[in-house]
Amino acid sequence: MDIRFRLNGEEVTEHVTDPTVTLLDWLRERRGLKGTKEGCNEGDCGACTVMITDAGGARALNACILFLPQLDGCAVRTVEGMSGPDGVLHPVQAAMVEHHGSQCGFCTPGFIASMATAHRNGRTDHADQVAGNLCRCTGYAPILRAAKAAEAAPVPDWVQDVAPEGAASEAEEWAMPTSSDALAALYAADPDATLVAGATDVGLWVTKQMRDLGRVIFLKGCKDMAAIKETEAGLRIGAVASVAALREAIATRYPSYAEMLRRYGSEQVRQAATVGGNIANGSPIGDNPPALIAMDAVLHLRKGDTRRNLPIGDFFIDYGKQDRAPGEFVEAVTIPPQPAEIRVYKLSKRFDQDISAVCGAFRITISDGRVSEARIAFGGMAGIPKRARAVEAAITGKPWTLETVTSAHDAWAEDFAPLTDARGSAAYRLDTARNMLERCWREDQGAPVSVLEVST
Amino acid sequence: MSVGKPLPHDAATLHVTGAARYVDDIPVPAGALSLAFGTSQVARGRIVSMDLDAVRTAPGVVAVLTADDLPFDNDVSPSAHDEPMLATGEVFYVGQPIFLVIAESHLLARRAARLGKVEIEELPAILTIDEALAADSRFEDGPRIYGRGDVDTALAAAPRRVEGSFEVAGQEHFYLESQAALALPQEGGDMVVHTSSQHPTEIQHKVAEALGLPMHGVRAEVRRMGGGFGGKESQGNALAVACAVAARLTGRACSMRYDRDDDMTITGKRHDFRIDYRAGFDDQGRISAVEFLQYCRCGWSQDLSLPVADRAMLHADNAYFFETIRIESHRLKTNTQSATAFRGFGGPQGMVAVERLMDHVAHVLGADPVAVRQANYYDATDGGGLSAPRAARPPENISVQMKGEPARDTTPYGQDVEDFILHEMTERLLETSDYAARRAAVDAWNASNEVLKKGIAFSPVKFGISFTLTHLNQAGALVHVYQDGSVHMNHGGTEMGQGLFQKVAQVAAQSFGVPVEAVKITATDTGKVPNTSATAASSGSDLNGMAVKAACDAIRDRIAAHLAERYQTDAGKVRFDGGKVHVGDEAIPFAEVAHSAWENRVSLSATGFYKTPKIVWDRIAGSGRPFYYFAYGAAVTEVVIDRLTGENRILRTDILHDAGASLNPALDIGQIEGGYVQGAGWLTTEELVWNDKGRLLTHAPSTYKIPAASDAPPVFNVALWDGENREETIYRSKAVGEPPLMLGISAFLALGQAAAACGEAYPDLQSPATAEAVYFAAKRAAS
Repeated sequence: MDIRFRLNGEEVTEHVTDPTVTLLDWLRERRGLKGTKEGCNEGDCGACTVMITDAGGARALNACILFLPQLDGCAVRTVEGMSGPDGVLHPVQAAMVEHHGSQCGFCTPGFIASMATAHRNGRTDHADQVAGNLCRCTGYAPILRAAKAAEAAPVPDWVQDVAPEGAASEAEEWAMPTSSDALAALYAADPDATLVAGATDVGLWVTKQMRDLGRVIFLKGCKDMAAIKETEAGLRIGAVASVAALREAIATRYPSYAEMLRRYGSEQVRQAATVGGNIANGSPIGDNPPALIAMDAVLHLRKGDTRRNLPIGDFFIDYGKQDRAPGEFVEAVTIPPQPAEIRVYKLSKRFDQDISAVCGAFRITISDGRVSEARIAFGGMAGIPKRARAVEAAITGKPWTLETVTSAHDAWAEDFAPLTDARGSAAYRLDTARNMLERCWREDQGAPVSVLEVST
Repeated sequence: MSVGKPLPHDAATLHVTGAARYVDDIPVPAGALSLAFGTSQVARGRIVSMDLDAVRTAPGVVAVLTADDLPFDNDVSPSAHDEPMLATGEVFYVGQPIFLVIAESHLLARRAARLGKVEIEELPAILTIDEALAADSRFEDGPRIYGRGDVDTALAAAPRRVEGSFEVAGQEHFYLESQAALALPQEGGDMVVHTSSQHPTEIQHKVAEALGLPMHGVRAEVRRMGGGFGGKESQGNALAVACAVAARLTGRACSMRYDRDDDMTITGKRHDFRIDYRAGFDDQGRISAVEFLQYCRCGWSQDLSLPVADRAMLHADNAYFFETIRIESHRLKTNTQSATAFRGFGGPQGMVAVERLMDHVAHVLGADPVAVRQANYYDATDGGGLSAPRAARPPENISVQMKGEPARDTTPYGQDVEDFILHEMTERLLETSDYAARRAAVDAWNASNEVLKKGIAFSPVKFGISFTLTHLNQAGALVHVYQDGSVHMNHGGTEMGQGLFQKVAQVAAQSFGVPVEAVKITATDTGKVPNTSATAASSGSDLNGMAVKAACDAIRDRIAAHLAERYQTDAGKVRFDGGKVHVGDEAIPFAEVAHSAWENRVSLSATGFYKTPKIVWDRIAGSGRPFYYFAYGAAVTEVVIDRLTGENRILRTDILHDAGASLNPALDIGQIEGGYVQGAGWLTTEELVWNDKGRLLTHAPSTYKIPAASDAPPVFNVALWDGENREETIYRSKAVGEPPLMLGISAFLALGQAAAACGEAYPDLQSPATAEAVYFAAKRAAS
């Protein structure tokens, strides 16, 4: 099957039989475009970052975990295409030279792609925009200076790509349905197929585990599943809405949740990763499920023409096991109106672009100074994202005080027996989960609780 | 003048446009093949059988080699001949290469490599320091001991004593470009190897051994590396040898690059240590006796572990004079990756322990840690020398000397500290960083915040410059001036991002008085400059700058002699400046002069050579002058921690660093900023975790966390000390590659102080100070 996209301004039609060829390998090995680098081959270092433009605008994405069919109907701009036709440097390139933003230079093409995309989108939250680009030489200071220095320069014409029409249709090896209905029919008929949305997880099955995905169904064409909209039941988030889109949608309504999403993966990952993917893969360390569980979100599942709703917490049965039938998929999730503020705390070794050791979500409803309802859910504390029901019970009905928080001490061990792994010890996880309730209480009292908000 | 200018990196424009070419970017001839290793999944065992049929029949596989198939030497060690490229009968760590897959693409080679079935009879593995000590598993016969005086007696006599045990973290290099090599077979069995290596001569040497060729049959070339940090000093040997052997076998170009997970699993890292210490001191914090027991985990092969461990001993004093000191170093052999060179080469590990001791002493006394440090500093040197202004010795030292005691200016290994400028640097940094007021503000913050606690810490650096293996302190260069006045420059140093090529080009341009653009920087090439040392030990500019200057000056002098004859003047009066050559009243463009020299049969090509003077070192006795000079620096870092989770962040960093008379202040500041962040990462978020089977769990950036952009200090003030090197280095500059890494120690100390603010007890923070480590330290302080 053919796909159509633009590469540095030129239209490309490519016949794709193996749907798991990555954009990075294709650029380097088939097109001889060696400017885009492989640093980790898992979307964690950003050396392979490219600018991708589609109907939704320009995004920085990791080419190492982007499969070719995902490019259908997109414009791709690599580092080779960032300077002008006459060789004039893009403002971020010129600023990087002037501010000594490169040393070994290997990460630089990826930084240029991230910075040029941020520049095009008028973003000035530079540290967030390049959080997915690792540099081992400079210590970042000159790169951030360069990004700042280029802010005011006009966006060059040549990077303002317009995406072409896509060309993809169904094929033997892979499919790209264009609606939830079409997906439902395809998947019901072929429940062994692998669904690929943003490929931030499935990409690694290919690049690291060398798995054969079998037939692949790409979800990017299912525009109806990308919507985030108000419904009577609450905020309905389509399964293929990106994490970036969710962050934007909840920025003012659920600021603590949105702040956690600011630290979810990196810009490249948030732009590719989908909310549905983060739920459906059932990971015990996905960062959306704890918040969604604490918010009593409802999961919408679909198989063929049959739909069912499920409290999202019930979806996670056991490690690696979800309440999902073969051929059934996550279509959307709805966050109902909330009776109290949701607070979400992500704890990881590094603030940005890191998987949580512990991720806790708290919705404590207070009436007359007492806890009238508590919803507490955690990732990283069990084989599944899970509610802390014993803790909830221990504090419900009690006055919302530090004493109550402390009194729940023993309940935590009833709820959780976490593991020790490379991200943290069992003791650390249990202690910090406990302490997050204290943080939640202190935050309610107006005390400073985040090191991110402190300055000298 | 081109020397001293803040010019950008020579390849900056190539970097930002994606045009800079790394090994894996080099176009290869048709039919080129790619390689991958099949590796051991067991930390220690005997290979019982190998079934590689599935590998051989996998798609795209051309050949599969085991140790038995290798034509000549099977060794990729830098010196000890203890590191087979492919395992021979036994395996010694998880990740050790056992067989080599040669296939039509990188992906096919990687896929096939997983299909090997290697049956291994597991043997008990030695993974930890304690296990190695129990089994007496070590390199060298026993511990190496350096020191001075009777520590035990002095300890017993000291008014106060402290002791502790400190885990010093290892560190993954995480160069962004993983290890890579490309071998191109030549006529007559010769081989050309492109490699991402800090040590092309060693690549040439190992490839020659593996092919049974004299070294003249092999040419190794390195244009640039995507980061090295010491990780490409010896760790690239295996890939280069594998490519060469495969190219010889197949007659086709062969390339190899490690996938990131393979790179982290196979290659060595910074040595982790446990350092036990005891110290005796007085009420002012002056330490009269100190003992360090350094337990160093070297991994399965010797690699560079002996000089690394030596350098750790040589930096156990850092900036401090100890009347009596004993440093005992154990080089332990374990069934883990063979730990290797990493920026600082043991120095940081030795230094962080004494810095931790200083803070420990200050905690015991309730004193300002800066005052404790100042009380223990080496004496300021007076008189002579070219270093920046220095204060007189503190008065109390004079009285000490009047009693006939020795001056406090000799290191435990007997080298005089001739230019100790840290007294003045400290004063200036405390002032520019507003340390005293900020320390008071930190105390006030801590008094009024229950959960978030701040810490502020100062730490100095004194780092010895020279290879401790004296014969490595040499360099060569080759310079041509063409008849159009353009200059071709080559030397033995390699470019890994540090800006060496540009700094040395500035030196060449200075000699000829031409703009730096007139100097062509060329790839390091064993065919142009032979017998080079690794670009390591921060020595790149010092050694190669001098060698290039020697070559340029030789050509320049020949040109001057030619002009002097032509214009009937003294050669000493010919000046090279501003792109012109000045003779008498005339100013002739350099290009014209070059052309004239050529027409008059003046040789316009020269080699240059340099060897570092003054150094003598006996590593067994632990005495001599191992270092030509010391480079200095100092940092103040302020942090905040959350005692509920241990989460923490750097708030501000101020650095004053001594690069002598900088060859290029922009590049030097880049080394300082980057070194600091890398050093802070080493001691904070960068945690290497092995499981109890010896498998590295943190083998990718998803689990191994180097600093990201938001981890850089939001306020980051870096200044260069305005002195120059007292020794006659290249334009009186100082080496700057490694020393700034150790400025990151101040971040670790600040975290310890913030943890200490959570209670009365000593927090005993260990490294790396992950959020978890900080959390438990704060908890200990409060207990």
